[in-house]
This record gives sequence, structure tokens and C-alpha cells, in this order.
Amino acid sequence: MNVLRIQNAEKHFGDLQVLRDISLTVDHGEVVSIIGPSGSGKSTLLRCATFLETLDGGEIDYMGEAAVRTEDGKVVYAKDLNAFRRQFGLVFQNFNLFPHYTVLKNLMDAPVTVLKRPKAEVRGECMELLRKMGLEDKADAYPCQLSGGQQQRVSIVRALAMKPQILFFDEPTSALDPELTGEVLKVIKQLAEEKMTMVIVTHEMAFARAVSDRVIFMDGGVIVEQGKPEDVFGDTQQERTRQFLRNYQQ
Amino acid sequence: MDLLTMIAKMSEGLGRTCAIFFLTLLFSLPLGMIVALLRMSKSKVVSGVVRFIISVLRGTPLMLQLLAVTYGPYYLFGISISRNKLIPVVIAFAINYAAYFAEIYRGGIESIPVGQYEAAQVLGFTKAQTFLRIVLPQVVKRILPSVTNEIITLVKDTSIAFTVSYQEMFTIGKQIANSQTSFLPFVVAGVFYFAFNAIVDFVMGKAEKAMDYYK
Repeated sequence: MNVLRIQNAEKHFGDLQVLRDISLTVDHGEVVSIIGPSGSGKSTLLRCATFLETLDGGEIDYMGEAAVRTEDGKVVYAKDLNAFRRQFGLVFQNFNLFPHYTVLKNLMDAPVTVLKRPKAEVRGECMELLRKMGLEDKADAYPCQLSGGQQQRVSIVRALAMKPQILFFDEPTSALDPELTGEVLKVIKQLAEEKMTMVIVTHEMAFARAVSDRVIFMDGGVIVEQGKPEDVFGDTQQERTRQFLRNYQQ
Repeated sequence: MDLLTMIAKMSEGLGRTCAIFFLTLLFSLPLGMIVALLRMSKSKVVSGVVRFIISVLRGTPLMLQLLAVTYGPYYLFGISISRNKLIPVVIAFAINYAAYFAEIYRGGIESIPVGQYEAAQVLGFTKAQTFLRIVLPQVVKRILPSVTNEIITLVKDTSIAFTVSYQEMFTIGKQIANSQTSFLPFVVAGVFYFAFNAIVDFVMGKAEKAMDYYK
């Protein structure tokens, strides 16, 4: 089944059209990487999919349920958007952890407050996730006491603690220096091996190639090319894609 | 009149000074939050009106506002001036300080990165939960030094109540100074305010330190 289905998505910022008729489906267990130059619309697509930006046209379904529809040219969002928000998690470029909460509270707050799940149970799960990430000794630390890589791994755990059907990553390593990038990519790779459904906007070409089932190249608000990583990277069809990839092959 | 009698007489007014101080804080701190939220309202009319009111309250002397609140009802509507001056004093002070607190709150709220709101929204927090659990605690930490400034000013501003002859410490001191033709009561008043603010400084320093556990 499709976890996510986006149909004919349109988005403008004033006169600038950032998404033009984008359609995209993501299957259960699939890992999709979106690459492309800055301003190509890839982050906007993610922000529209997670309702941080509102679409100007098109449809979004999660798990076969309609979250966004366009009726008579008017975009209509589902009444209970929070029910849809439970289906996905989003990992930000700048982590956006809550600085006044400990690591553990960062992880537990949403499951306990939003999902109203029992505290003890959530605590056990979160500690288990931290152990998996090698961060169990940081449970009582505050975000400011962690390195960027550790903060990003905590923010991945925060998203996982909500048990989403699909996880979005918005340039998860762009705010990290190369030394710390590796530890975050390793975690995402591990999630891919566990068949977590993921959509990753990234500038890490080698990583996208290694981890994805499908790679999408976007430019000017459209999907220029998509396919298996070995095809997009090895047997590139579009001149625009080739041009873009050349910058990364030094 | 010797110094000790002077101090004893002025101390009688300290309770009223404290009453102005604590009641003003009690009302203006929450009122400031309401004003700040209205000031940030999406409605241009609401935010515009509130903005104008704040600019009047900050742009005219507190003494003038106090006179207006105390004697305005009599001159405008013939309502007799209340015998308990504490009520108009606290009303004038609370409204005036709410305007200042509102602008401090607004600055604090607007300084919280948009990413905090976005993270909370994606996690499914309601707007109220986001404000109370995520934004407000961080705002409190950021605005504490500015709030301390205002509180220190308030301690000294309580002396303005002498303009409506409310018998707080400074008013009594001024009366003694007049009758005894002595400057000494003003020195005593200065020491009182300084000691009061030393306590404020100490308490607010503790509060700031208590929030030092994160950056």
C-alpha cells in the first residue's frame, strides 16, 4: 500500500512557482531520496507534505486517507490534521530540539501529551531507542550539552518515538561538519535496513546512492528524473541531471 | 525630631509602599501577557489599537496617569474621589506597568525561533500546548533580566504615589521634611529604596540562576 501519495501538487510563493504539478507515491518500506540544487523545491515539497506549508493545489493521502483535496480549484485540508500528523515524523536540518527539556523529556513529551500514552511505557521505549543509538547515557543531558551529531540523532529518536508510518528528513546533515555527518547517516542507514519508510532530502550523493530504493532529481519545481540510484547516477537520462551531478564528481 | 522617630514614622508607610509594589506586580504581570497577545493579534485593528494604547502609556508620565485615574472620574463624571487612594494608585500603576511588560513579553515571544513552533506542530501539539509547554518557559528565561529592570524601577516609582497624598513611606518622609525643614527624611527614604532593591536583586538573581541549566 502507498504510505504517501501526492498528486498534482502546486505551490507558489508570490509570483514564484516552487512546485509545478508534482506527483509522488511512496510505498511501505521504501527509501526515497530527493536531490537537486537549492531552490529546486525539494524542501518545499517536504514542508507541504508535513503541512508546514499549505498547497495551492493538488492532493495528499496518507495510508489511503485523504488529507488534502482540491475541489473546484479550492484546496481543502482535512478537519483533523493531527490524526494525519501521527502518520509521519519530520527531522529538521537544525534539529529543533526543545532546549529547556532534557533529552528524555524531548522524546517523551509528545507521546505522553499528544498521544496520551502511559508514561512508564513511553519511558521504556524511549530508553530502548536511546540505547540503540548509543545515547543512553545522555538521557538526562540537555540539548546544549550535546554535539550537533548527537542532537540530530536525538531528534531522529524524537520522531521515531511517535511510531510514524513514514519519516521525512529535510537535509539532516547540512548543519553538521563532515566529521559528525557520518554518525547521522549511519543511523538513517540502519533505519533503512529495518525497512523504515523514509523520504530524504539530501546533498549527500554517495549516501543517497547507497541507501535509497529510488532517487528523485528535482529542479525548477518539477521532478526532472527519477529511478533506481544506479540508473539516476550511473545511466543519467536528462542533461539537467547530468549537469547537476557533475558538480559532485570531483 | 530625632532620626529614630523619623525612621519609625516612615516605616509605618512601608506597608503601603509594599502594597503598591506587590499589587502592581500581581495585576500587571498577567495583564501584560494579555496585552502582548492582543498586540500580536492577526487582526490589524486589534493590534493597531493596542499599539496606540501602549504608546500613550509609555509616552506620558506615570505621575500624569496617576492623577488622571485618581481625579479624572470626579472632573469628568462628578464621581466622588475614593477615600482609599490605594485603589486608583494600583489601577494606574498596574496599567502603566502592563504596557511595559507587554513589550518585554512580545520581544521574548518573537525571539523564539520559528523552528520550535514547527517542531511542536509536526509532533501534533495544539497551539495552546505549544505556547504553554514549549514557548513560554523559554520566553521566561530570556526576558528575566528585562523584567528585573522593570521591577527595580517599580520599587522607586512607588514614591510617585505622593502626588495623590497616599500615605506611603515617601509621602510621610516628604511631610516630615516639610514640617522639620530637614533633608534627613530623604536620606532615610533613599536607604529604604536601596535596601528594598538589594532584596529584589538577590531574589531575581536566584531566579535567573535557577534557569541557567540550559542555553
